[in-house]
Amino acid sequence: MTYQNDIAITPQLVADHGLKPDEFEKIVALIGRQPTYTELGIFSAMWNEHCSYKSSKKWLKTLPTTGPRVIQGPGENAGVVDIGDGQAVVFKMESHNHPSFIEPYQGAATGVGGILRDVFTMGARPVAAMNALRFGAPDHEKTRHLVSGVVAGVGGYGNAFGVPTVGGEVEFDERYNGNILVNAFAAGLADTDKIFYSKAEGVGLPVVYLGAKTGRDGVGGATMASAEFGDDIEEKRPTVQVGDPFTEKRLLEACLELMATGAVIAIQDMGAAGLTCSAVEMGAKGDLGIELDLDKVPVRETHMTPYEMMLSESQERMLMVLHPEKEAEARAVFVKWELDFATVGKTTDDLRFRVLWQGQEVANLPIKDLGDEAPEYDRPWTPSVPAAALAADDIPQVDVAEALLKLMGSHQIASRRWVYEQYDTLIQGNSMQRPGGDAGVIRVEGHATKGLAFTSDVNPRYCEADPYEGGKQAVAEAWRNLTATGAEPLAATDNLNFGNPERPEIMSQLVHAIKGIGEACRALDFPIVSGNVSLYNETNGQGILPTPTIGGVGLLPDWTKMARIGFAAENEMILLVGAPATRGTHLGQSIYLRDLFGRRDGSAPHVDLAHERRTGDFVRKLIRDGVATAVHDLSDGGLGVALAEMSVASGIGATIVDLNDQDPILQYFGEDQGRYLVTVKLDPQGEEIMALWNEAERLGIFAPWIGTTGGADLVLGAARPLPVSDLKASHEGWFPAYMDGAAA
Amino acid sequence: MKSAVIVFPGLNRDRDMIAALTKISGTAPAIVWHQDDDLPDVDLIVIPGGFSYGDYLRCGAIAARSPIMDRVRDRAAAGVNVLGVCNGFQILLEAGLLPGALMRNQSLKFVCREVKLEVTNADTAFTRGYTNGQVIRCPVAHHDGNYFADSDTLARIEGEGRVAFRYADGTNPNGSINNIAGILNERKNVLGLMPHPENLIESAHGGDDGRALFSGLLGQAA
Repeated sequence: MTYQNDIAITPQLVADHGLKPDEFEKIVALIGRQPTYTELGIFSAMWNEHCSYKSSKKWLKTLPTTGPRVIQGPGENAGVVDIGDGQAVVFKMESHNHPSFIEPYQGAATGVGGILRDVFTMGARPVAAMNALRFGAPDHEKTRHLVSGVVAGVGGYGNAFGVPTVGGEVEFDERYNGNILVNAFAAGLADTDKIFYSKAEGVGLPVVYLGAKTGRDGVGGATMASAEFGDDIEEKRPTVQVGDPFTEKRLLEACLELMATGAVIAIQDMGAAGLTCSAVEMGAKGDLGIELDLDKVPVRETHMTPYEMMLSESQERMLMVLHPEKEAEARAVFVKWELDFATVGKTTDDLRFRVLWQGQEVANLPIKDLGDEAPEYDRPWTPSVPAAALAADDIPQVDVAEALLKLMGSHQIASRRWVYEQYDTLIQGNSMQRPGGDAGVIRVEGHATKGLAFTSDVNPRYCEADPYEGGKQAVAEAWRNLTATGAEPLAATDNLNFGNPERPEIMSQLVHAIKGIGEACRALDFPIVSGNVSLYNETNGQGILPTPTIGGVGLLPDWTKMARIGFAAENEMILLVGAPATRGTHLGQSIYLRDLFGRRDGSAPHVDLAHERRTGDFVRKLIRDGVATAVHDLSDGGLGVALAEMSVASGIGATIVDLNDQDPILQYFGEDQGRYLVTVKLDPQGEEIMALWNEAERLGIFAPWIGTTGGADLVLGAARPLPVSDLKASHEGWFPAYMDGAAA
Repeated sequence: MKSAVIVFPGLNRDRDMIAALTKISGTAPAIVWHQDDDLPDVDLIVIPGGFSYGDYLRCGAIAARSPIMDRVRDRAAAGVNVLGVCNGFQILLEAGLLPGALMRNQSLKFVCREVKLEVTNADTAFTRGYTNGQVIRCPVAHHDGNYFADSDTLARIEGEGRVAFRYADGTNPNGSINNIAGILNERKNVLGLMPHPENLIESAHGGDDGRALFSGLLGQAA
């Protein structure tokens, strides 16, 4: 077979690799000559947006990433946070947006596979997964097909791998018609003294390839994910990888077994840009060169070129540097699990990245420069112009009961049961709260009472209206959802999904959202320990809503004391903790406006971070002291929807007393931030509730008693009583009817 | 009371099953890798759930042809109790230890939810912890649990009291014929069932209706 490594590198070829002319000039200056074809491929893989973060790096650096519990922040395969008793939680969220739009089943499946691999590469056994999915308008011709394919793909991979899906998000908006979002989260548990990193150490040590064989799937995938879509989208299908959860499950068990033998010095999974990225990263981090012999790489197709091998994104593959004396032991583990094991290279002391193929040197590049010298842009951005507030008297009216019934059965609020029943939510036997509540909770195996809570949040409507407030709100809502179970929020991962950063107004969204995220993380002591950026989510010039998804993780010292959203019993007091004096005021960007009136105007709600923190700490204490019997945070749809969700989850109704002198629409559907519904089993005239209110007043938190649980109806003040069974039917009905083709 | 859990590559509820057996009996089961020559002397053999060999041919078909299954067959013939759950049930069917087949769920989708089961024969080693007609809660999590058998086979297993569990109260999640959730062999020492009693054995799981299946089994042999 002949391989043309020395072909002329034309401007067109450079452009086809997603490299700008000035970027190519930088390459030539760095290496002092024209790159070979293989080398051009390697540079394009390392310098695309997906791998280099060239547009976002400047801003990501401003995020808080440290804290007393943080063992590893961004820069490794996943973040690592101490949970005490010598254990750590290892987690990250990552997007697989572009592939999932092109081929929903495999795109979503390999997104799940990739994030699970990131977690177990660090020595952690995955214990929980979530996924945040965003689709186009329900009535868009592609939406049903994409929902069905993505959900099946997420389930197909995660279920077979054997990790419980404990939470997530599903949202519809026409702004995702041409670019859906699939953000996959995974968390694992590891011992703090047995965390594995990608930094290679030692010269002349074997570089070992493990897992599945290399094929042509996914060649150029990371470059594809760093470009906008046009009308040629269908032609990009071959750049989507194909997942094999059976191999991934074996790879997990084999890696954990191998790590236990002490043979592993460094490990890196082959994700985006496969062999190239993993080898360069291991070498560059360890100040070592790497020499790869491609003739040793296990392949599943014949006549693969070096270019294809270096850029393949075949799944379920790992690269490791091993202690040579343990190589036989390591090989035996992989033979047992019937996985490929091949020594494909060695570490060197010359800081070169050399690739050999059939006796020929097809690439010889400075290894540090591939990462360190990647372009970093300070892209221009316009000032943020937050949407104007609604006029004070702009309160479109509709019957409160009718509005609530309608919203409960709307595509935004309706139960996601159709989705999460396709995911295994209870495998491993540790799921203490499954999807449908404020956060998923698992217990920590091997510990009597410890639990971990997980949530995924962002409100793209708010981010569009005001990226700074929206960024703050996404963090605050994640923090709030963890708190609502009684967990102490530990740390977060961010998955920043935006349009084309070369447009200043999009760059402005990214910059301001990151500023907001940073502000909230600092105020709430909630550091970002891992993350991912997905840009160019545009089709034919139409960008998505700015969507900085926040995945939050919290710690419960005792899961037997956690709170759930369902009302616990009849005749309990319902408190609206953290409310403004008028309970609710803010209708701008609300679901009420968008889904009942087709309006997307008004300002995003403001998050008062100091108040947020005081309120959350107060609620968490009520839960841990056993005072709170049920807790639910208020989000989309405000007080009315939150009450209805608590009723539907328990089958118990409630009667709420209207506040005079405030429009019921604002009371029940305003989306003011930092509010929780808390039920307590206390005598309304007794000393305990007085003590609670005194404490709240001392902290500057308003916690009015707004009603009482009980009965079969939800009664919102003067509005028509709504049978809980009707609310439930409405809530459960939309999704299955939609997928059957009956609703839109 | 001694038990063994057989593990094939791709199974993923082995850890759940091992945890349940350990919690209920106080003794960890022997773990038998599919390539092991030895099947220890035990009173109960369990094949847990998952996706053996990725379910890539037919669910359970590849594992059923593994040499370890010859040993399981011998022990079953000798009267040792054998329990197959989910993929384990599929493997027992493919291995010919139980009659019929499990097809793709009628919805064509994976389904994970809680269902109700009626205990239809409480007079077996597996069901002695329950009473006839008792309705229990139990979770399911599968893609291929739609039980089917030809009419002769169905008449025989129904007539011989070999339906151990039936989906009750309209909760059949997969379209199984006669609402069948679990069946026994002729001698009633081999049980295959789709639901996961091992995931409902303690208050932390939100209930312990699955526990009696194991405590009945383990108590009997103790």
